[in-house]
Amino acid sequence: MDTNILEVKNLSVKLGQEKIINNLSFNVKKGEFLTILGPNASGKTVLLKTLLDIFDYSGKIVWSKKAEVGYLPQGLTPLKVKNFPLLVEEFFNLKKNKFGDPMEFLKLVGITDKNILKDSIGSLSGGQFQRMLLAWVLSSKPNVLLFDEPTTGIDTNGEKTVYSLLHDLWKKEKMTIIMITHDLNIVSKYSTNVLCMSRDNVYHGKPKEILLPEILEEIYDAPVKYYQHYH
Amino acid sequence: MTQQLFLSLISCVAVGATAAYLGTLMMEKKMSLVAGPLGHLALPGVALGLIYGFDISLGAFPFIILGIIIIWLLEILTHLPTEALTAIVFATGVAAAFLFLPIEQAEIALVGDIESIGLQGAIITVLLSIFIFFVIKKIFSAMILINISEDLAKIEKINIKKYNFIYLMAIAIIVALSVKLVGTLLTAALIALPAATAKNLSKSIKNYTILSFVFGILAPILGLAIFKSTGLPAGILIILSGALFFLISVFVKHLLSATNN
Repeated sequence: MDTNILEVKNLSVKLGQEKIINNLSFNVKKGEFLTILGPNASGKTVLLKTLLDIFDYSGKIVWSKKAEVGYLPQGLTPLKVKNFPLLVEEFFNLKKNKFGDPMEFLKLVGITDKNILKDSIGSLSGGQFQRMLLAWVLSSKPNVLLFDEPTTGIDTNGEKTVYSLLHDLWKKEKMTIIMITHDLNIVSKYSTNVLCMSRDNVYHGKPKEILLPEILEEIYDAPVKYYQHYH
Repeated sequence: MTQQLFLSLISCVAVGATAAYLGTLMMEKKMSLVAGPLGHLALPGVALGLIYGFDISLGAFPFIILGIIIIWLLEILTHLPTEALTAIVFATGVAAAFLFLPIEQAEIALVGDIESIGLQGAIITVLLSIFIFFVIKKIFSAMILINISEDLAKIEKINIKKYNFIYLMAIAIIVALSVKLVGTLLTAALIALPAATAKNLSKSIKNYTILSFVFGILAPILGLAIFKSTGLPAGILIILSGALFFLISVFVKHLLSATNN
């Protein structure tokens, strides 16, 4: 459990002339559930995309050779593909590196009805769509999953289902998860570690050590109301 | 059937089917209209071809490529929206062409001249269309994924710049071939009509591409059949046949959704 799956050292990222991430260092161990917290424009999404080699950076990002990374981006909703004539089955066929039958992965995310394969992806509900996307990501059998606010556009009940599903997957499949979320309750309930970042400061540690009123106030630059309940 | 009609038919069917297949990608990228300005960019080349008596497509192709490069460079230099730059570049191209295009030949440039195609021209047109068809087939899945989410495509190690470049080159070649057959005015319709018709009738990408391909073939066949019996301009009849199929698809779609509800 103590092996590092990701090592980030002195990471800096500039987009145009603007410095978004400045000298950030942290490690992620195999089997960790790391949540990334912070106000808007603190560089969370940029960090995730930099880890995925989408943005240029200076510093060091070292993934373990055993890391197979899957990623669920932010903002992909059924509305975006509403008029797109594409069946769920065809969407799975667009994936280059996939192992096995789509149903195998759809079952992992709680979808057992085979008929979904013949549904148009734009006709799925927000929750179903997000689960289908998760199954799509899982079909390349990653052992590290990166999520950028995985419940955007889903109602409260759907949110709970997605988060508990991720937690179950993490436990059952012994995955490493790195996830951006705004939900402090989810952070304390599920994550093993937290990376709390603003433009000026970064805190990294266990939820108990990080989710303190003084730290949250400093990061969010405003008092944050939140009731801790650790498990 | 005369040899001339046969050559016109196979050329139109080959270009029509490939333009229709490409049209499904362009429709999803909301780029169907781009073929119009690109067709107009070809006008100076078409004019040169008509004046000096060489193949119109040969004249059109370098001007389309030049236009794409100028739009791309201006985008980097000015950060203005692509559509505004396309409007500027294509209007300049049209204005320049009409400075020296003999007015009596303007009609050919605008609505094409299918009957002028010779044996050599037809063979090149068919072979190039088949080549572009397989290029599109090769990039199709990646282009669809890029269209859904560039981030997902990047994670799948798809080189987006490379694929977009191949896609633009395919558009340039198909537009150059279309200009000869249906003219600069009607090129966009050759690309957009079959895809729009197919989309009205499809829920899956498989049906969408197959139907677009079928309508891309049917429109030239119907258009040329009417041309043979009426003698009206063939390019215009091909586009109007495509428009007829589109109208039928709107009616069928409406009927199907009314039945389902």
